Amino acid sequence: MTETVIHRSNPGIDPHFHVWGWEVPIYLFLGGLVAGLMVIAGARLLLMRPNQRQAMVCCTIGPLAGLALLSLGMLALFLDLEHKLYVWRLYLTFEITSPMSWGSWILLAVYPALLANALVHLPETLPSVARRIPILTTISDFMLARPRIIILTGLANVLLGIGLGIYTGILLGALGARPLWNSAVLGPLFLFSGLSSAAAFLHGILVVSMPDDERPAFADFLISTVTGWTKARPLDTRLAPALAQADNSFLTIEFALIGLFFIGHLTSTAVHQQAIGLLLNGPYAAVFWVFVVGLGILLPLILQHFELLHRIRHTLAPALLVLGGGLALRFIIVAAGQASHWSSLASH
Amino acid sequence: MRYGMVIDTRRCVGCMDCVVACKTENNVPEGYCRDWITETTTGEFPTLRHEIRTERCNHCAHPPCVHCCPTGASHVHERGGVVLVTPEECIGCKACLAACPYDARFVHPDGYASKCTFCIHRVEQGLEPACVSVCPTRCMHFGDLDDPQSEVSRLLAANRAHSLLPEAGTQPSIYYIN
Amino acid sequence: MPAPALSRRRFLRISAGSILAAQAASRATSAAAGAWSSAFGAKPGTTTTTPTFCDICFWKCNAVASVRDGALWKIEGNPSDPLSRGRLCPRGTGGIGAHTDPDRLRTPLIRVSDRGEEKWQEVTWDEALTYIADKMKGIAERHGPEAMALFSHGLGGTFFKHTLKAYGTPNISAPSFAQCRGPRDVGFNLTFGEGVGSPERTDIAHTRCLTLIGSHLGENMHNTQVQEFAEAVGAGATVICVDPRYSVAASKAKYWLPIRPGTDLALLLAWMHVIVTEKLYDADYIANYGYGFEQFAAYVQAFTPEWAYPETGIEPSVIRETAREMARHRPASLVHPGRHVNWYGDDAQRSRAIALLNALLGNWGRKGGFWVPSFMDVPGYPYPAYPKPARGRLDNPDEKYPFADEAITTGIRNATLSDEPYPIKGWMVYATNLLHALPDERATIEALKKLELLVVVDVIPSEIAGWADVVLPESNYLERHDDLNVEYFKQPFVALRQPVVESPHDQKPGWWIARQLALKLDLGRYYPWEHIEDYLKYRVDAAGLDWATLKRDGLILGPRPPIYFEEGVPAEFYTPTGKIEFYSNQLAEHGFDPIPRYTPPDPGPPGAFRLLYGRAPMHSFSRTHTNRLLADMMRENEVWLNATAARRLGLRSGDRVRLRNQDDVLSDPVLVKATQRIRSDCVFMVHGFGHTAKGLRHAYRQGASDAGLITRYKTDPLMGGTGMNINFVTLEPAEA
Repeated sequence: MTETVIHRSNPGIDPHFHVWGWEVPIYLFLGGLVAGLMVIAGARLLLMRPNQRQAMVCCTIGPLAGLALLSLGMLALFLDLEHKLYVWRLYLTFEITSPMSWGSWILLAVYPALLANALVHLPETLPSVARRIPILTTISDFMLARPRIIILTGLANVLLGIGLGIYTGILLGALGARPLWNSAVLGPLFLFSGLSSAAAFLHGILVVSMPDDERPAFADFLISTVTGWTKARPLDTRLAPALAQADNSFLTIEFALIGLFFIGHLTSTAVHQQAIGLLLNGPYAAVFWVFVVGLGILLPLILQHFELLHRIRHTLAPALLVLGGGLALRFIIVAAGQASHWSSLASH
Repeated sequence: MRYGMVIDTRRCVGCMDCVVACKTENNVPEGYCRDWITETTTGEFPTLRHEIRTERCNHCAHPPCVHCCPTGASHVHERGGVVLVTPEECIGCKACLAACPYDARFVHPDGYASKCTFCIHRVEQGLEPACVSVCPTRCMHFGDLDDPQSEVSRLLAANRAHSLLPEAGTQPSIYYIN
Repeated sequence: MPAPALSRRRFLRISAGSILAAQAASRATSAAAGAWSSAFGAKPGTTTTTPTFCDICFWKCNAVASVRDGALWKIEGNPSDPLSRGRLCPRGTGGIGAHTDPDRLRTPLIRVSDRGEEKWQEVTWDEALTYIADKMKGIAERHGPEAMALFSHGLGGTFFKHTLKAYGTPNISAPSFAQCRGPRDVGFNLTFGEGVGSPERTDIAHTRCLTLIGSHLGENMHNTQVQEFAEAVGAGATVICVDPRYSVAASKAKYWLPIRPGTDLALLLAWMHVIVTEKLYDADYIANYGYGFEQFAAYVQAFTPEWAYPETGIEPSVIRETAREMARHRPASLVHPGRHVNWYGDDAQRSRAIALLNALLGNWGRKGGFWVPSFMDVPGYPYPAYPKPARGRLDNPDEKYPFADEAITTGIRNATLSDEPYPIKGWMVYATNLLHALPDERATIEALKKLELLVVVDVIPSEIAGWADVVLPESNYLERHDDLNVEYFKQPFVALRQPVVESPHDQKPGWWIARQLALKLDLGRYYPWEHIEDYLKYRVDAAGLDWATLKRDGLILGPRPPIYFEEGVPAEFYTPTGKIEFYSNQLAEHGFDPIPRYTPPDPGPPGAFRLLYGRAPMHSFSRTHTNRLLADMMRENEVWLNATAARRLGLRSGDRVRLRNQDDVLSDPVLVKATQRIRSDCVFMVHGFGHTAKGLRHAYRQGASDAGLITRYKTDPLMGGTGMNINFVTLEPAEA
């Protein structure tokens, strides 16, 4: 029997360590989502001929949305900083051992890569915008005329996307002081969660922009009132099954990685076993299994499976579930990680 | 040279004088502390064992807080391996707080990560850290762990000592005799 | 009146030659410690230091305060100080927080509504002092000056005592006697002819076996003692700790004896039985210095460890083993006399039993036992003689408590309530929060309500200040001079308290207040000096010491004289027989047990826990809880409850409960500390929390007040001390 009393009450540290609130999980989620969008958009550039890619949602809308989402994520991260005026200090140095330093430099490279990717097919996707800003067409033509630039852009998107996705997990995984995070699996887990979120995101956009007869009435209403640009866009409806297929693959891999995450902890030290207990049967178990695994992975897997079998129509539901699950994953991992620690098992 | 502390828990009464001295010496704001007391009681009435430890940043030889810092604000001082934070370089991302298994850091109300400095400003003047110099039980000893002739090295050689969470792999520079 | 033997004290007069030597020694040490200068007029960017001595407790450690850029920065021990040995305790180190405390009293206040409602009008010093002087003159005219009483704690009260004596009252008292160390000093006085003094004359540093009886050194942060305790522990001395609670000291002990509360005297008798029957005592010492040993030896025959076992819960084998252990190390074996020993109403006799056990170990005047103190002869100021009061002290009518050699606070309270032997109409209270210090605060409040005048001089708006007619804000100890500390110690010294910083508001030093009041009372002839420095300089000059040196160094050390019999101190005992009295004729003559007798404690109502209280190292009395630095260390107290008992009650650490005592008094909510570290028949709280004075904003209702639950007390028949560990509580969940 051990009684431990720590006579300390530093804000954020005692009695429970809690220094990261909503900002960091939001940032990690959006970072993962953008990473997924980059990989998918980059892969499209690399794997498909220009005429196949024309005006496709994932090649233009994905990167454009990525730019916005990433900025939102960076804003969340900025809001989390306690010494905001000093944020420029990130870019006076490169700290090779610091995932956050890697991340801040990767993010710097992500913006031009995303932008380049968006510009390739922007005139076809958004002709009204292109008409008003003629230089967009010039740039697009310039790039399309040079396959090497396209390949480079695609490669940059895929590689930076993978880097960004893994980084969002490693950011936590490198913090050995919080045993729940202390797993290299978090890197690929967050990457695949990001990929599935990105596929779901694009799938969702596609669903709501399908021709009237193929899309649900509610989405029709939503689209027509909230936006104007997708209305009557000739988007490739064959992409929807492909995205659903991709999403299901990512979800399956994510599910497997969660299994590995658990196995890794359960076969590690007592400290790690205790940490994973938070998700297994502890205070975070219910939300984790219901929101991340049940609603965020298994249910959309099933729904999209039936979509692919043409048993049901493509709807927004799986997309929303997957995105919700990805968000929940970041929130739960960030919170539970902060609740995991070494010291309770310290015996002397 | 590696600065470290050897603390004889047998003498410590947990009076927290070290904490108060740190707070005045370093102007630590109200509600915060850079060092603290941890008490562990093991056993059942009436067969008990008790250890009182004065704890602080362990100035680890493998400091995870330094490794994760994205700006280099957290760094290892050129003398004695003391882990320090430069407030003007810190962005307040709190990665170092999360990286420290001892929860030794906190965010200063002015926005930067803060913690024990081993009173390096005193040490460089040839003084002991404030906590050591004030301790009424003289349970704390400060010196160069790399110098076999130093008081801390001799104490370590002569006594059974442990560090905190050695399994975390941080290689702390503070040892406790019990 | 006390028997003559009780008031005798050992004086050591030092010659002029040794004074010069002392000055030289002092200069040398101060040079080594660095040059100090006055802090006033500090330039920005500079640090200046001023030596002074601490006032957060009564230990009076010498300190050096640093002012940086005009602001008080830190306080450290004075390296040449024999008390602090250069290291203050947390309270001393945290003294900065007493100066900067935003809850301090700022200006004189006069009450504008009913007593205790804490509604005030801010007034000038002249208005406040005129008001008090008029009231005091009225009391003197109608009831005689004896109808004013002064309650005073600490050195700062010197000049208030002076003014009140000049005014003509003999009724001056402090809780430090009847509510604290009185029984101990009486018990030792009856045995050795001397008390143990303050700082205690215990040679903990050199002891090989330290026995602590309810004395939680380490939590009780009396600086020199704690330093020496750590030294003794570090040197491998055996510690035997008798305490129902696994205190910090118990955690350092080879033997922890978790005794049933209230049965210490049974254990002491059994220990003495073992030492006597096994002839483990110091026979030569007792033959030389003892009186009545045969009767004593015969008396203790009956108290076998087997007899003590059911009383104390301590196994006979453990009693024997510990008795042998303490005897094995004699004379470097010390049974600590404790300090706050007002527990069960038999405290003077229990303290006498401790004295007798020490006598068996032959440690009085011996290394590792009790050294012999001395002090430097510093003449007093030549004031005119005080008027002789028409009536004597009223706290101890008819010498009901014949061995009370100081005034009994609760005796003055009783007289205030009963008007017997004569009425008390006015109280002046200096630096003691009587509502937390005296047992049964309801009785204190009843007495306060009867008064024509209540004046409180304090630094913070304490509970007693809340009841005052006039509150006078005193400068903090870092902002004022006080009288010299002429220390009675193993190495004597004279120390100076001098201002380090200025008072932040309209506070005034005690000497100024007391003097101005005397002037208003037309007692100016008692204050021939204008500034306290004139007074201090007079005394220092008269002692043949150098004023400039004292100001620069903060203290002047005397030579380290012999302090043990073996070093040549004559073995003198100021008892009637001139010996260590194992058998006390004085006690027999007054109808008391000449050798201590054990009475079993009242077990209390079934299901209730005996309420025990004690100290925390970072707080003093109830006076430090708004000091932000110290409150950061401990903002509220907890009630320690045995973990098994807690489980039975469905309570866990961190739950909040209220305590209800046997008289249905309910405490404020307090956190539970469910722990293995305490017996299951008692609970423990740190004293001084649970403030209800509104002005103590940072401490207001933080934790619970033990004092509020101490509605009952048992009076010591020898000396009038108030045994306070006789209250019982039950715990009930508190709504959040």
